[in-house]
Amino acid sequence: MTPSLILRCIVSFLVSVCSYHTGSPLQSEPSITPDAGLQPSAAPFWRDPAKRAIVFQVAALLLVASVCYYLFTNTQANLERQSIATGFGFLETEAGFEIGEAMVDYSAADSYADALLVGALNTIKVSFIGVILTVILGTFIGIARLSSNWLVARLAAGYIEVMQNIPVLLQLFFWYAIFYETFPSPRQALNPFNGVFLCNRGLIFAVPEAHAAHTAMGWVLLIALVAGWGLNRWGRRRQALTGQIFPIIRVTLALCLGLPLLTWLFYGAPTAMNVPELQSFNFKGGITISPEFSALLLGLVFYTAAFVAEIVRAGIQSVSRGQIEAAMSVGLRPGQVLHLVIFPQALRVIIPPLTSQLLNLTKNSSLAIAIGYADFVAVTNTTINQTGQAIEGVALIMLVYLSFSLSTSLFMNIYNKKMVLVER
Amino acid sequence: MSNPTTKATREFLKPPVTEVGVIGWLRSNLFNNWYNSLLTVIVMLLFWQLIPPAFSWAFVNSVWNTSAEVCRETDGACWSVIPQNINFIFFGFFPEDQQWRPGLAMVLLIALVVYSKNRNHWKKSLGIYWLINLVVMASLMYGGIFGLPVVETDQWSGLPLTFMLALFGIVAAYPIGVILALGRQSKMPAIKTLCVVYIEMIRGVPLISLLFMSSVMFPLFLPDGVTLDKVLRAQAAIILFSAAYVAEVVRGGLQAMSRGQFEAADSLGLNYNQSMRLIILPQALKIVIPPTVGVLLSVFKDTSLVVIIALYDVLKTTKVTLSNPKWTSYSTEAYIFLAVLYFICCYAMSSYSRKLEKELHTGH
Repeated sequence: MTPSLILRCIVSFLVSVCSYHTGSPLQSEPSITPDAGLQPSAAPFWRDPAKRAIVFQVAALLLVASVCYYLFTNTQANLERQSIATGFGFLETEAGFEIGEAMVDYSAADSYADALLVGALNTIKVSFIGVILTVILGTFIGIARLSSNWLVARLAAGYIEVMQNIPVLLQLFFWYAIFYETFPSPRQALNPFNGVFLCNRGLIFAVPEAHAAHTAMGWVLLIALVAGWGLNRWGRRRQALTGQIFPIIRVTLALCLGLPLLTWLFYGAPTAMNVPELQSFNFKGGITISPEFSALLLGLVFYTAAFVAEIVRAGIQSVSRGQIEAAMSVGLRPGQVLHLVIFPQALRVIIPPLTSQLLNLTKNSSLAIAIGYADFVAVTNTTINQTGQAIEGVALIMLVYLSFSLSTSLFMNIYNKKMVLVER
Repeated sequence: MSNPTTKATREFLKPPVTEVGVIGWLRSNLFNNWYNSLLTVIVMLLFWQLIPPAFSWAFVNSVWNTSAEVCRETDGACWSVIPQNINFIFFGFFPEDQQWRPGLAMVLLIALVVYSKNRNHWKKSLGIYWLINLVVMASLMYGGIFGLPVVETDQWSGLPLTFMLALFGIVAAYPIGVILALGRQSKMPAIKTLCVVYIEMIRGVPLISLLFMSSVMFPLFLPDGVTLDKVLRAQAAIILFSAAYVAEVVRGGLQAMSRGQFEAADSLGLNYNQSMRLIILPQALKIVIPPTVGVLLSVFKDTSLVVIIALYDVLKTTKVTLSNPKWTSYSTEAYIFLAVLYFICCYAMSSYSRKLEKELHTGH
């Protein structure tokens, strides 16, 4: 029995199972008449919906279990024949391959587990930055799509239409080719601004020299963010109690910018920069963003932003005009209308599809393997090729992405419960 | 009786020239306030900066059908990379002298798709045409009859492979998705759980992992000596993947149906099968046309992912062409060509769905 046959069996079985349904309560509860004389003879069990349901479910479970068992025994026989050891023991052995960009210390002498960790961190890095950029760009284009300026609206519409209809993998290849073919070698690197170089080794730019001030600034920023969060809660409560509005966003922004700046001044305003310098074949110093990472990021962001833009547009349009007019007629300023009336209602429509798009971005980051960025899938693929542990490798990939998705949907469910429209 | 005011009212005041016609349009759409005027000017400046060089790169300084050596001497685009390699890009490793066969198969496919677009042709005969066409296309591609030499599936590549993966992916995933959605709505806990677990698991992982599964794990599932073609395995992965997404879309349609429809179907004495086929699904599937097309479009675009497991779809054949040192520096042109190709297909699908949605809209 070939797997396709098995599959067909499952499908036809599912059809027959689903075509049976316990249906309305009228059908599922056999009518009981007290009069024994009028009581119909008991229906045979295959006509009794409740019993039939049990039979179907048991059969379905048995079928699934037997298919699983069949595949399992085959797999075990195959593994034995090819003498592949099962289990995750291989994770402890030496990986023996280098990874181009790693966020933690890694060398070829480290174990597979370390390599996979590096890959997972790379996936998280590109997804995290990609999500932030996508939301910004997508919101921007979504708003531009609704602009009263014909030219801007058409331009945004064209962007959305073009980007949505071209496969993301093709876009990745395109950006990667741009980096590798259009940009010059390090010697003739483009130098658009002072300290920024663009060449086929990636984007290289200057960063401030390491200084104690920067750590302190990071902490102060964190404190400012926490303060902003607290301020937000306090401001909302005050608004609910008294109706007075506190300029939360502006104050938080001022805190987040001002406090680190003050700290920087306090440390004597260190301005030393770590400027990249050209040495024989490549740049030394500064920060290098590899072409692989840039191409992946550009491709994912440009592609997903088109979908996000449509979501943002639909969300804004879902707020009825009456709401806006009502808000203006009670005397709110345009900024307040946006902030207090349009945004909360649009967000309710925007957030669920937005999350699914951002999850798509995370999943699409697995295409990194096609352009040689060492994300989790790429590292796992190398591991599979070296060790032959195909089942464990694919299971790991699925596990990692499933945990991303499931934790996001968990978070989303909580959010939806909080935001759900309370109707009368 | 003549009223003295009649004559006066006949002399209509013409609207001011600044409010109608080209000027009026410009004023209301591009320069209606200072902010929009500024935006317009900025966009115009950008166009002025970008369009002339792009235009001269693509059309003026470009060469269209020359050898690679001529390309080296031009500043513009070298579109020659496409016509010079078109056979390989479209048909890949299909034997050179037999390439009319996939070509004819694609023409047949496109002709039938165009024919099916007209809703007046949606009859039983259309299904028969499709069946006949599929058999003809399969025998054209595989050969073995009428003296056509056999071409194994591992030589199928290029555009026919892309179309095949997409077509069968869409056609097979749709019914499976509908069944999964019905299963998810079922009141039987075991069936429901199986469907939910399947749908959520597939939707939680990237397509790549399923393709990997099909290429490295699937052979382990089969008993000794049984092998399944690589293309078929990838096809199965695409179908299984897309079905979960179709299922979620269809579930949305089922949930949007009012309870009254289910109850009305029950009260007419229809059994589950009939009520689904005749009452619920026609309405539910209709309201989810736009998201369904979204899913189908992504199936079409996602077929390009088979590049990663080394199947030669049209993207891979293009990449192989570009790996030839002669053409290696013209990837921008080749990728733009492919992008246009994909865009045309996807745009045709989505505009057709908009038309279908309008036609099927019965006003509630």
